[in-house]
Amino acid sequence: MRYLPLTGNDRRGMLARIGVGSVDALFEDVPKSAWRSQPIEGLPSHAGELDVERRMKALAAKNLPAGSVPFFVGAGAYRHHVPAAVDHLIQRGEFLTSYTPYQPEVSQGTLQYLFEFQTQVALLTGMDVANASMYDGSTACGEAVMMANRVTRRSRAILSGGLHPHYAEVTRTQARWTNFTAVDASADIDGNEDLAALIDGETSCVVVQNPSVFGHVRDLSSLAEACHAKGALLIVVVTEIMSLGLLSPPGEMGADIVVAEGQSIGNALNFGGPYVGLFATREKYMRQMPGRLCGETVDADGRRGWVLTLSTREQHIRREKATSNICTNSGLCALAFTIHLSLLGEAGLARLAQLNHATAVTLADRLAKIPGITVINDSFFNEFTVRLSKGAAGIVEELATRKILGGVPVSRLIAGKPALDNLLLVAATETTTQGHIDALAAAFEDIL
Amino acid sequence: MAMNSTGRGDTRPIDTHQPHTATGQITTFTANRGLQIEEALIFEQGQRGRTAVDLPEPPAIKSRLGSVKPRKDIGLPGLSEPQVIRHYTRLSQKNFAIDAGFYPLGSCTMKHNPRLNEAMARLPGFADIHPLQPISTVQGALEAIDSLAHWLLTLTGMAAIAMSPGAGAHGEQCGMIAIRAALEARGDKRVRVLVPESAHGTNPATAAALGYVVDSIPATADGRVDLDALKAKLGPDVAAIMLTNPNTCGLFERDIVEIARLIHEAGALFYCDGANFNAIVGRVRPADLGIDAMHINLHKTFSTPHGGGGPGAGPVVLSEALAPYAPASAVVKGPNGFTLVEHAEGESFGRMKAFAGQMGMFTRALTYILSHGADGLLQASSDAVLNANYVLASLKDVMSPAFDGPCMHEALFDDHFLKDTGVTTLDFAKAMLDEGYHPMTVYFPLVVHGAMLIEPTESEPKESLDLFIATLANLAARAKSGDAAHFTGAPRLTPRRRLDETNAARKPVLRWRPTEVLDEAAE
Ligand SMILES: Cc1ncc(COP(=O)(O)O)c(C=O)c1O
Repeated sequence: MRYLPLTGNDRRGMLARIGVGSVDALFEDVPKSAWRSQPIEGLPSHAGELDVERRMKALAAKNLPAGSVPFFVGAGAYRHHVPAAVDHLIQRGEFLTSYTPYQPEVSQGTLQYLFEFQTQVALLTGMDVANASMYDGSTACGEAVMMANRVTRRSRAILSGGLHPHYAEVTRTQARWTNFTAVDASADIDGNEDLAALIDGETSCVVVQNPSVFGHVRDLSSLAEACHAKGALLIVVVTEIMSLGLLSPPGEMGADIVVAEGQSIGNALNFGGPYVGLFATREKYMRQMPGRLCGETVDADGRRGWVLTLSTREQHIRREKATSNICTNSGLCALAFTIHLSLLGEAGLARLAQLNHATAVTLADRLAKIPGITVINDSFFNEFTVRLSKGAAGIVEELATRKILGGVPVSRLIAGKPALDNLLLVAATETTTQGHIDALAAAFEDIL
Repeated sequence: MAMNSTGRGDTRPIDTHQPHTATGQITTFTANRGLQIEEALIFEQGQRGRTAVDLPEPPAIKSRLGSVKPRKDIGLPGLSEPQVIRHYTRLSQKNFAIDAGFYPLGSCTMKHNPRLNEAMARLPGFADIHPLQPISTVQGALEAIDSLAHWLLTLTGMAAIAMSPGAGAHGEQCGMIAIRAALEARGDKRVRVLVPESAHGTNPATAAALGYVVDSIPATADGRVDLDALKAKLGPDVAAIMLTNPNTCGLFERDIVEIARLIHEAGALFYCDGANFNAIVGRVRPADLGIDAMHINLHKTFSTPHGGGGPGAGPVVLSEALAPYAPASAVVKGPNGFTLVEHAEGESFGRMKAFAGQMGMFTRALTYILSHGADGLLQASSDAVLNANYVLASLKDVMSPAFDGPCMHEALFDDHFLKDTGVTTLDFAKAMLDEGYHPMTVYFPLVVHGAMLIEPTESEPKESLDLFIATLANLAARAKSGDAAHFTGAPRLTPRRRLDETNAARKPVLRWRPTEVLDEAAE
């Protein structure tokens, strides 16, 4: 077996040194009743690379890759072009095969990129500080609400009707099982909900997504003021982080915590994971943050270096008093994010964001001309909502048979609301060509 | 001894008695030291206007950004591709990694990460598919998830599995919510969760977040759960026990079947932390031990790379009784192919995470399982245990094993052998860095004084273990010989020497700021 270096000879010699006759003897503490009576049922013996590769490729071949067809699917995960340098660098064994930087003297590479990552996230979101990543945007959202509960010592969170339904479900699940209240606003299809009226003296936070899941872009400054007037925090969720290349950041609107899905920068679609949760806040709440933090310091010779810091918030030190139970996070996805953003730089990000927006505007204008389609949004970044003359789920299936991945039916995200059945979320990015747009438009004209 | 013949004996610094002259007297103009290059932050290198990505001119459109102000200065640096590649290449060279050396970090399972797994995860059929594209276009992905789920269930003997948790701690939360849901469904409001003192910090943190009172159970002198103490703590208000098995001392809980019986008799449930499942894969089915829920760290047992801290995946296997409470999303095999249940239905407790799980980890773990096969999986766990016992047996007379008898996949020592030497566990670990080793896990588990937890994994050849054993024996002898300065001043040969963690926490600097801003703040 190619991954196992011990030879029969090695094993015999080692058993002799240990002083037992067989490996089985080392398992003497296992109750006899629990010994597996037969080998692993149905699993063949070890297999060579070529054989395994054939089997995995056969599975992969049953999927329709986004890059092979006109593709308009978004709703929290976006297909962007990732420069070749990113994957090359993150596959360097020194990054790929190291652990959490517990021994900083031999982990300065990881620590320095985490420091760069934290800085980039703070700059992008317009916040003071950011952590070293969460599992993804949705879990970061749940953690943000729990942090707001700690900061305000209140336990009522208001969830916007423009929040991604999976994020809302994750947060509601947290609420139900960690004992706080999550108040849901109804689906904000038109992007004009008014949450200020729901805020009361018990409210710990308002969670609002920008652009919303329906694509609407809003200035949240007055909502921030309304929150602060009642002693609540404003949590802004961003599921398309690329939008911050073009939009004024949540920090400038008065957000207290910003959580985001960072997948769009540096990371592939991967059928939903692994992704990278971004988490940023104001300096004054720094010690209430979940997750790892990397900080600057000096070594014994006075040279600048980095360490994990403020770990008295974390589970390995605080145990049942920790701010969160998170341990493993999304380190390598954070590295991909950091490298891609370094490649883009200020000028590249601004142009890329503009390209996304312009492509989406072109798409929206084209679709708006088709009978049976109404574009709902006045404002959007690279994704918007259309109302079709027929059920969106069926239309998307029909498009798929024509090898077009046409968007996300709202009914897939929000079940049991027939009024939403005709709504479709449509996204465009820099990877969308005029040819793709023409193909989608032609198919819609044919089907609707 | 062997060390000189392999040339490694000469890596010792000449100035071992002068802790403050770190790397000899040689100073360079650049502060670089040969291949070790001092590397500024990316923010200190860029210039406005530069970019490493060529993009077309966006078409002219009328902007639709509503009332939101356009973005002003972000403050990101601009660099070309060669600069970015060099920067991150240099950073990588400051890291220790399994690829480069022995990394016996106990509890973390730093085994080899096969590159085939990386290649398979990157097939466009897996990497370039969207979690919300039509189910008919992702049948292969769902089949891959179902297939991995099948093997995990076969290996554990459990009834059901929740695939979506993002890592071990997230899996703990998933399993413990399922337990709470099951208890509440039978109208049982229990408030206490029993957690052995030796548990990983995530266990008490998880239980506490769910509103449980954490009640810790002491260990016996032989490193296992104290059965009498457990019995004394059991009562009608106990919801569950969270027990790691093999435990964090690297020992099999030999009374585990009895523990499960007692727990169930008291009406409570058994959460098993499966971080150490790698010791028993193919040999013991956790279901046969009487557990109700267990997470599996795919990034440990099934070798998805740790990536400097993540990502991972923490699927949770569940007993029949807990199965109905599993969260969305779930893959279901039907007559017309696979479907995805995306909304929490019936008794499902909700959702842990957006979408259907860590697909990129699933493809790697599945590749690992297919590569190893039934014989390879069993051989891997056997070799992991053999390697650990070999280290334990070889060092038992020069270091101090925490407990008698054989261990599982990791060997635990305490700091007794350093008594009166002036050398602490931390110092000992730092001296290992100079020898070219990543230290073992130190100061965990908490039940052992100055703990050193060595997990060699099955990936390590005997030759490598022999050199490691000789090195540790040499260091132990050196500590005992009175050469404390060698340890307290270590490391001296690493990219950085000991870092000031106290000041880092006292005055946290968590991000770079432009010097103008810092100057203004100082005024
Ligand atoms: C015993 C034990 N339990 C739980 C965990 C948490 O797992 P993760 O880091 O995947 O969240 C770890 C990992 O360090 C562990 O060693």
